[in-house]
Amino acid sequence: MERQPDARRHPHGRIVLWLGALVIGMFGFGFALVPLYELYCQVAGIPTVDQQRALNVQAAAGTGEVAEDRWVTVRFDTTVHPSLPWAVESQERSMRVQPGEMHEVIFVASNRSSRAVTGQAVPTVIPWRANDFFNKTECFCFQKQTLEGGERREMPLRFVVSPALPDEVTYVTLSYNIMRLDDTVAKVTE
Amino acid sequence: MTTATVAHDDHAHHGPPSGIKRWLFSTNHKDIGTMYLVFALIMLFLGGASAMVIRAELFMPGLQLVQPDLYNNLLTNHALIMIFGAVMPAAAGLANWMIPLMIGAPDMALPRMNNLSFWILPAAALMLILSFIVPFFPGGGSQINTGWTLYPPLSLQVGMSMDFLIFALHLLGISSVLASINIIVTIFNMRAPGLRMMQLPIFVWAWLVTAFLLVLVVPVLAAGITMLLFDRHFGTSFFIAAGGGDPVLFQHIFWFFGHPEVYILILPSLGVLASILPTFSRKPLFGHHSLIGAMIAIAALGMIVWAHHQYTVGMSLAAVQYFMLMTILISIPVGLIIFNYMMTMWRGAMTFETPMLFTVAIILMFSFGGLTGVMLAVVPADMQYHDSMFVVAHFHYVLLPGAVWGLFAGVFYWLPKWTGHMYDERLAKTFFWVHVVSFNITFFPQHFLGLAGMPRRIADYNIMFTEFNMISSVGAFFFGLSHLLFLYIIIKTVRGGEKAKARAWEHAEGLEWEVDSPPAHHTWTTPPKIKTA
Repeated sequence: MERQPDARRHPHGRIVLWLGALVIGMFGFGFALVPLYELYCQVAGIPTVDQQRALNVQAAAGTGEVAEDRWVTVRFDTTVHPSLPWAVESQERSMRVQPGEMHEVIFVASNRSSRAVTGQAVPTVIPWRANDFFNKTECFCFQKQTLEGGERREMPLRFVVSPALPDEVTYVTLSYNIMRLDDTVAKVTE
Repeated sequence: MTTATVAHDDHAHHGPPSGIKRWLFSTNHKDIGTMYLVFALIMLFLGGASAMVIRAELFMPGLQLVQPDLYNNLLTNHALIMIFGAVMPAAAGLANWMIPLMIGAPDMALPRMNNLSFWILPAAALMLILSFIVPFFPGGGSQINTGWTLYPPLSLQVGMSMDFLIFALHLLGISSVLASINIIVTIFNMRAPGLRMMQLPIFVWAWLVTAFLLVLVVPVLAAGITMLLFDRHFGTSFFIAAGGGDPVLFQHIFWFFGHPEVYILILPSLGVLASILPTFSRKPLFGHHSLIGAMIAIAALGMIVWAHHQYTVGMSLAAVQYFMLMTILISIPVGLIIFNYMMTMWRGAMTFETPMLFTVAIILMFSFGGLTGVMLAVVPADMQYHDSMFVVAHFHYVLLPGAVWGLFAGVFYWLPKWTGHMYDERLAKTFFWVHVVSFNITFFPQHFLGLAGMPRRIADYNIMFTEFNMISSVGAFFFGLSHLLFLYIIIKTVRGGEKAKARAWEHAEGLEWEVDSPPAHHTWTTPPKIKTA
């Protein structure tokens, strides 16, 4: 209209374009947080589930002598997701073990529904810094488990607590979250 | 400060079109600003209604009115409606009305986009309300019981109402991003000739910073909820632990948006105060440049402290230390703003009209909310306070004074400008006192409840918490009812009242007071001449 165009200022379109690019860039950044988060976990030393598995195997291979003068209490805990019609219990609630010694504990899983259901156990070790020193040599959590309708199965867990476990740790809790694997999730994990 | 020689004359050769078309097809910043404000007021009452049911349920221990699922649905709804429906649109309404008037621009830079960004809102609000209502119908699935944070895995298990909510949030995000782009372009390009950036009123600067924050973080929320949608329907596992994903990742994405969002809510209101304080203190604003710097510092720091909302998820010590220190650092620029405002009042010839009453109350109460914020920022203390009613008390002390009251103060301050009538000062003061006192009765006891161990987001509680909850609920009912008085004052002012002068307040400074009250449909078609002091 009558307004004098100010020569120093940019056309509207160019600023809108820049801001639009910023918006799209930030939308992309949201997705980029997925790999960035993984990278951050690596740098900060927080292992992902896969890396934890590899660490376990690696550390387990190196166990040699038994720490005769040390006892650690290992407690077992299971939580079954409500969508999974299973009951899972360990035969022993807790064990006193010596670091370096191999132990076995049986978990009993039963399918309370009449159909075959597949589930996957995801382990967590508490306290977190004990994570690297708790080595599972055999675990039902390494694979997905399919139970037929009404089936009851004994699933073994074999583990060694590494003698390198920090001295102040006297209790270790192994907690399993057992989740249902339906078709969509099963495809991803394969 | 800037002053302008009076250079406007009303050549309103075409007025607005009549009837519904005026509003539906409006590209006029004043009409769109009005629509934003009316929309926000409606949403304020909707969100307030859900808060009343929440407080009624918490009046006594046990379950009386609502079941836990509905309770959590209500509080999710309360938060989302208040944040996205009430506070953000109200702030956008003030921006639409005031920024062009304050910078001597005839309108927003992109008027048609302005129309679009408003009219997305009612559609989004409809989706948001549907997400609340759908579970009550057969086949509607389960209620949204996640809280506004939408954390997976729970949000992955909610029924179809979560999809309504995700799309509502997408729409709300698009609306506010478009509005922000418009505001940035307006401020950069539409200033009256000779009006330099550093001369702009603090309100305009506050909105500039806010708009940049919105452009930076709203798309990240959009990405996060898009991933949520993919996990729910398209077989991805961004956040599903069984498929190799990580639910904690969502918390990081959400709070990368969520923490700057707090400043998005607060900064425009703090900007409003910078207009009000000099008027009623009869002194120029103290530290104009440092206020601009402080707001930019708050925005920058606000973007890198998000994980203080999730200290308890098990981050490394180094990470929580970083987030703790950065968070506490924010209290320095915030404190600077508070001190600048206090210095503006210092030895001023103060009078206490309603906008000023709100301003003083804000400085007091917002500082208090800021102090409990510092408490929550300290990691070992936060481990105790996390997810307790103490957090609820803290963020209501920040957001009601920091965001809502600032908007109220702005509405009372500029209402004479918008309507051409002075509001009823006696009624407005009554509203102020009832509102502020009942606010404190409502939320102050919640500090004690939280410290004593009452968790938030749970419909029932131990009987030891009964007394404080009863006090809180009684306060809340008065608080809720006081808004009817606010509505009445506004309707009364719109319909009539003492005629307001162009400069409605004796010592008001700024270009917005150079145009008539109410302003003509088109203002500043001839830009004002800026004299630099």
